[in-house]
Amino acid sequence: MLIRKSERRPERAKPSGAEAGQQSSGLDRRTFLKRSGITIGALAAVGEIALHGVRKAEAGPPPPVGAPVTIRKNICTHCSVGCSVIAKVTNGVWIGQEPDYDSPINRGSHCCKGAAVRDDVLNERRLRYPVKLVNGQWTRISWEKAIDEIGDKLLDIRQKAGPDSVYWLGSAKFTNEAAYLNRKLAAFWGTNNSDHQARICHSTTVTGVANTWGYGAMTNSYNDIRNAKTILLMGGNPAEAHPVSLQHILEGKELNRANMIVVDPRMTRTAAHATEYVRVRPGTHIATIYGMLWHIFENGWEDKEFLSQRVYGLDEVRKEIAKWPPKEVERVTGLPEAQVKHVAQLFATQKPATLIWAMGQTQFTTGTANVRASCLLLLATGNMGQPGAGANIFRGHTNVQGATDLGLDVTSLPLYYGLAEEAWRHWCRVWEIDYDWMKSRFPDKKLMETPGIPSTRWFDATLLPKNQISQPNPVQAMFIMGHGVNTITRMPEAVKGIEKLELLVVCDPYPTAWSVLSERKNGTYLLPACTSFEMEGSRTNSNRSLQWGEKIVDPVFEAKNDYDMMYMFAHKFGFADLMFKNIKVENGAVSAEDILREINRGGWSTGYCGQSPERLKAHMRNQHKFDLVTLRAPKDDPEVGGEYYGLPWPCWGTPEFKHPGTPILYNTNLPVKEGGGTFRARFGVERVVKRKVTENGQEVEREDHDNLLAEGSYSVGSEIKDGYPEFTLGVLKKLGWDKDLTAQELEVIARINPADPDKVSWSTDLSGGIQRVAIEHGCSPYGNAKARMIAWNLPDPVPVHREPIYTPRPDLVADYPTLPDAKQFRVPNIGFSVQKAAVDRAISKQFPLILSSGRLVEYEGGGEETRSNKWLAELKQHMYVEINPADAAERGVVDGGWVWVTGAENGSRARMKAQVTERVGKGVAWMPFHFAGWYEGADLRAKYPAGADPIVLGESVNTLTTYGYDPATGMQEPKATLCQIRAA
Amino acid sequence: MARMKFLCDADRCIDCNACVTACKNENEVPWGINRRRVVTINDGKPGERSVSMACMHCTDAPCASVCPVKCIYPTEDGIVLHDKDLCIGCGYCFYACPFGAPQYPQVGNFGSRGKMDKCTYCAGGGGSEAPGSAEEYAKYGSNRFGEGKLPMCAEMCSTKSLLAGDGDIIAQLYEERVETRGYGSGAWGWTTAYHEDVKK
Repeated sequence: MLIRKSERRPERAKPSGAEAGQQSSGLDRRTFLKRSGITIGALAAVGEIALHGVRKAEAGPPPPVGAPVTIRKNICTHCSVGCSVIAKVTNGVWIGQEPDYDSPINRGSHCCKGAAVRDDVLNERRLRYPVKLVNGQWTRISWEKAIDEIGDKLLDIRQKAGPDSVYWLGSAKFTNEAAYLNRKLAAFWGTNNSDHQARICHSTTVTGVANTWGYGAMTNSYNDIRNAKTILLMGGNPAEAHPVSLQHILEGKELNRANMIVVDPRMTRTAAHATEYVRVRPGTHIATIYGMLWHIFENGWEDKEFLSQRVYGLDEVRKEIAKWPPKEVERVTGLPEAQVKHVAQLFATQKPATLIWAMGQTQFTTGTANVRASCLLLLATGNMGQPGAGANIFRGHTNVQGATDLGLDVTSLPLYYGLAEEAWRHWCRVWEIDYDWMKSRFPDKKLMETPGIPSTRWFDATLLPKNQISQPNPVQAMFIMGHGVNTITRMPEAVKGIEKLELLVVCDPYPTAWSVLSERKNGTYLLPACTSFEMEGSRTNSNRSLQWGEKIVDPVFEAKNDYDMMYMFAHKFGFADLMFKNIKVENGAVSAEDILREINRGGWSTGYCGQSPERLKAHMRNQHKFDLVTLRAPKDDPEVGGEYYGLPWPCWGTPEFKHPGTPILYNTNLPVKEGGGTFRARFGVERVVKRKVTENGQEVEREDHDNLLAEGSYSVGSEIKDGYPEFTLGVLKKLGWDKDLTAQELEVIARINPADPDKVSWSTDLSGGIQRVAIEHGCSPYGNAKARMIAWNLPDPVPVHREPIYTPRPDLVADYPTLPDAKQFRVPNIGFSVQKAAVDRAISKQFPLILSSGRLVEYEGGGEETRSNKWLAELKQHMYVEINPADAAERGVVDGGWVWVTGAENGSRARMKAQVTERVGKGVAWMPFHFAGWYEGADLRAKYPAGADPIVLGESVNTLTTYGYDPATGMQEPKATLCQIRAA
Repeated sequence: MARMKFLCDADRCIDCNACVTACKNENEVPWGINRRRVVTINDGKPGERSVSMACMHCTDAPCASVCPVKCIYPTEDGIVLHDKDLCIGCGYCFYACPFGAPQYPQVGNFGSRGKMDKCTYCAGGGGSEAPGSAEEYAKYGSNRFGEGKLPMCAEMCSTKSLLAGDGDIIAQLYEERVETRGYGSGAWGWTTAYHEDVKK
C-alpha cells in the first residue's frame, strides 16, 4: 500500500509563544490543545507573514508566490456574541479566514455564519452601484447624482411637511460610530423619528430592566455563565441564535455539573442539551414566573437579606403572586404544579443561578412586563450582582447593544439621556452647537422633546389619517440604512405603506425586500453600503464589551461606508461643517476614531467615556491576556493591566482615569474602581405613597416616605456605608469631597451651569471630575439604591399576565385582557379593540394554531445577506413551517409537502414547505423569520436589480403576523399570533 | 506514529454547521459537494443528538480496499487521501464508505460522476501536485496540515465538539470531559453500543 509523507512547511516565519514548541511535529500536545481551544494560548499577533505556496481564491486573484499576506482582525457581523474574525488579505483581496484563538469570547470558534463571513464581502450578489427606479426599471446612477436627487427630495419634503415626515431607520449592524452619527444626523435634521432593530428585538428588555435596576443590558457576560450552578433559559434558543455562547454554557454546565433548564414552546436545539425541558404555551411568561415565585415564597426559598437591603416594592409584588396558586398557573400555562415547583426550587436554592433570555420574552404586547417578571425572579432569589448569576440577556445583532446605547431610539439621544431640554443641552455642549440653533431645526420645542414613531409603526404613520398622528404630517419618506422590512409584523400593510411613500431610500449591501415588495415605479433609490468588514469602528457585544474592528479590505464595487455616506448627505443638507465640527474628514473620508472620541466626551451616563480608540486597539492587540472566565488581564500588564476585555460599560471617567470596565453590573463584592457597583439611584431617593392603614380600629390614610436607597448594602471600599443618591457637585460639597476636584474640573463644571453649578451631575459633568472623585471614595457615581420591583412609571407597575392580542384561549381574555386602547408614540394603539374583536368573532376557531417565529442558525435577521451567501444558502434552501404530527395528520399535511398558511388579518396567506416534527407541541406552528422575496405565493425574483437577488427566497413569516404593540415601547407581537394551515 | 482522527463529542454538538461552512470557505468547495455535514437523529424529540460527519480517515479504510484503481491510500499520519488523476469516478468507494464521505460533482451512473471528492483533513491532495501549490489547491483544497494546522472544521467548531488531531490525545481529552461530566461512561450511545449502563 502506498504511504505518502506529509510535507510540513510552517506557514509562519517566526514561531512565537506557544507555537515555539512545534518544531519537527506540527502537532504536539501543546499546540494541539491550543488549537482545540482547551487552553488559552499566547499567539502573538502576526502582521505580515509570507505564504510559501500559491493559493487560488475563486473570488479574487491568487497571491503570487511569496506575496505578503496581511492579517487583519475584525468582529463577526452577525450575532451579539462578538466573535473575532481573522482575515488573510493579499493584494487587497480577502483570501481566507483563520481561527482567532486569542479572543476570550470565541477562542477561535465560529458558527456557520462566522465561518462563512468571507463571502459576505466577496459576494457577487451585492448591490454594485447606486440604482433608482425609473418607470419600474432599475437604472444605474452615479453617487453624486443619487445624493443630489435624494437630498433635494428630502429637503423638499422637509419644507412642505416638516422634518418629522422623514423617517431615519438605522441599523443594529452599524458600528458604534455609525449608529451615533445616524442619531446625530436625525437630530440635526430635526426629528426624533430615528430608530433601529432594537425596537423589534429588545426594546422591552431595555425599558423593563432599566426601570428595575438602572441599566437595560445584560448584567453579566457569556463567559461568566461558566460560574453558574443553575442556568435557566426562558425565551431563548442560543444554540441557533448565539451558537458560540453554547461553548461557555455547555463547558460551564459540565464543569459545575450545573442544572440547565429550558422553558420554551419548542424543544429547541438548546433544549436538546438541557438537563430539563419544560414546554410552555407562548405568551404565558408572567404566569410561569409568578407560579415559580409562589412556590419560592411558600417555601421560604427567597433571599431575605438581599430583599431587605437591595430591593423595593416586594409587598405589592406579593399581592400579585398570591393570585397565582398552582391551579391557576396550570390553567393558564398548562404547566403541572410539580414541574413548576421543581424548577423554582432549583433556581432559588442551587445558586448562583442565571436567567437567560432573548426574544422569547420580549416580542409580546406584554414584553416589558415579561422581562420585569424575570427581574423579580432574580431579585427574589438574590441572584443578582455576582458571578454566575444575573440577567444574561442575549441581544440579537452584532451591535444592537451599541446602537441602542448610542441612541438609535425614538425616546432618547445617545446614551439614554432622554429627550428633555437638559439632554439636548448636554449634547449641544458636547457637539459645540448652539442649543437655540438646534431647537430651530424642529417644528417646535414640544416635538423636540416628544418620542418619535417606533419602527414597528412606520407604515401606520404613513397610512393613517393625518388627524390620528401626533405630528404635523404623516411619514412621507423612509431613509433606511441596514434594516429589513420583513422583520416587522403586518407586512401586507407595510406593502401599502411602501406604495404610499413619496421617497424610499435603502442603503444596504443588498437590495433587501424593501426593493421588491411593492408596485412602486419611481422615487426609490438603492445605495450600496459596505459591510462592517470594509470599514473601521467599534462594536459593543451583548456583554457590553467594546471591540475595535480593523478594515479588512476596501469597500467592494462602488460601495461606501456609512460614515462617508452620512457625511455626503450632511453636506447636501448644508450642516456638514456643524455636524462634523470635531470629527476629521479628509477627502470625504470620515475618521471613525474621532467619532468615538466625541462619544467618549459625552458618554458619561452609561460609562462610554473611558473607551478611547487607543485603549480598544490595545485590547485587540492583547486579546490573549484576558482570562476566559473573569475576562480580566493580569494586573501587572503594561498595556492592559487589570482591565476587563473590551472595557465593558460602564467604563467610568476619562480614558486617562483608566477605569477597567464593569464585567458584572451591580456587583458589590468589588470596589467601583475595580469594576464593582451598586443598583442605580435613578428614581429619586424616596417615594411618597398614600397607604390605608388601621389605627385604633379606624381606617386612615397615611402618607409614607419609602426609602429607595439601599440599606446596609454598599460596594467594597465604599466610604459611605449605606445607600446614597447620585452624585452632583452639591452632593460632593455636602460630603466635603469637592476639595478633591481640580481647578480645571471645577472650571468645566462652572461653565456647564454657571447659574447653579451644584446641580451639575456625574452624567453632565464634561470634565469627568465628579465621577472621578466619587469613585476615588469607593462610590458609584450614579448612587446606591434599591432595585425596583414596582416600577410606578410603567403601564403595569407590577407585571400582570395579559393574553396575547390573538390568543388561542379566548376564555382567558375576560380575566386577563390586554391594556385599554391609548395613544402612544404619536400613533394610536388599539390592541384592546383588536383583541376584543378577535374574541367576539371567534377568530381562534377559524385560526386554531398558535403561530410563533424565531431564528435559524444559518441565517440572520431579515436574511438578505446570509441568504445571498453561497455557503449558507446551500444549507437551508426553503422556507418552512414546523407543525406537530398530530396537527399535520388532521390536515393531511406531509413532511416536506407544500402548504398554504393563512393569517388572522388582511386575509393574508403564504406558501411554504411543511416540516412535520414533534419539536413543536400540538396546536403550535413555528416559522423562521429570515425569509423574503416571495409574497403570498408569488416569486418576486424578477423584481430585484439584475444579479443582486439573494440565492434563496421564500415567504416571510411577517406576511402572516398581526396587530399588537407593547404600550411601553411599541414592541410588536410576532411570537404569539394565530394561523391556519392546509396542504397546498 | 501519531494517527490523525476526528472525534465529534455528541454532548457538545449543537448542529450549528460551522464545520460545514468552515470547510467550504477554506477549501472553496462548490455547491452540492459536502465534504462534511451534520447529522441529527431524533430531531425535535427528547434524546435529540447531532454529530458532525466527514471522512473518518479509517485505519484499513474500506474505500481504499474497493478502489479498482488504487487511488485511495493513507499517509504516514493516518490521513486517507486520494489521487484525482487516477480516480475513474466509479462510485465504489461511495458504496463501501459507512459514513457517506465520498462525493461526486455530477449525478450519474458508472463513470459519469466525475472525480471523487472528499475530506482531505485539510492536508492537500494525494496526487502528484506539489504540496501547497495552486494546482493542489484547485484540485483538493487547502493544505493546512502541511503548515502545522488542523482541519478548519475542527478549529472553528463553535462548542469545541469536533476534535481533530492525534488520536491518542483526542481520546485523552474526551476521557477528561467524560470524567468531568460525571455520569459514568457518559458517552452518548454507550448503552446502544454495549448494552450496558456503566456508572462510575
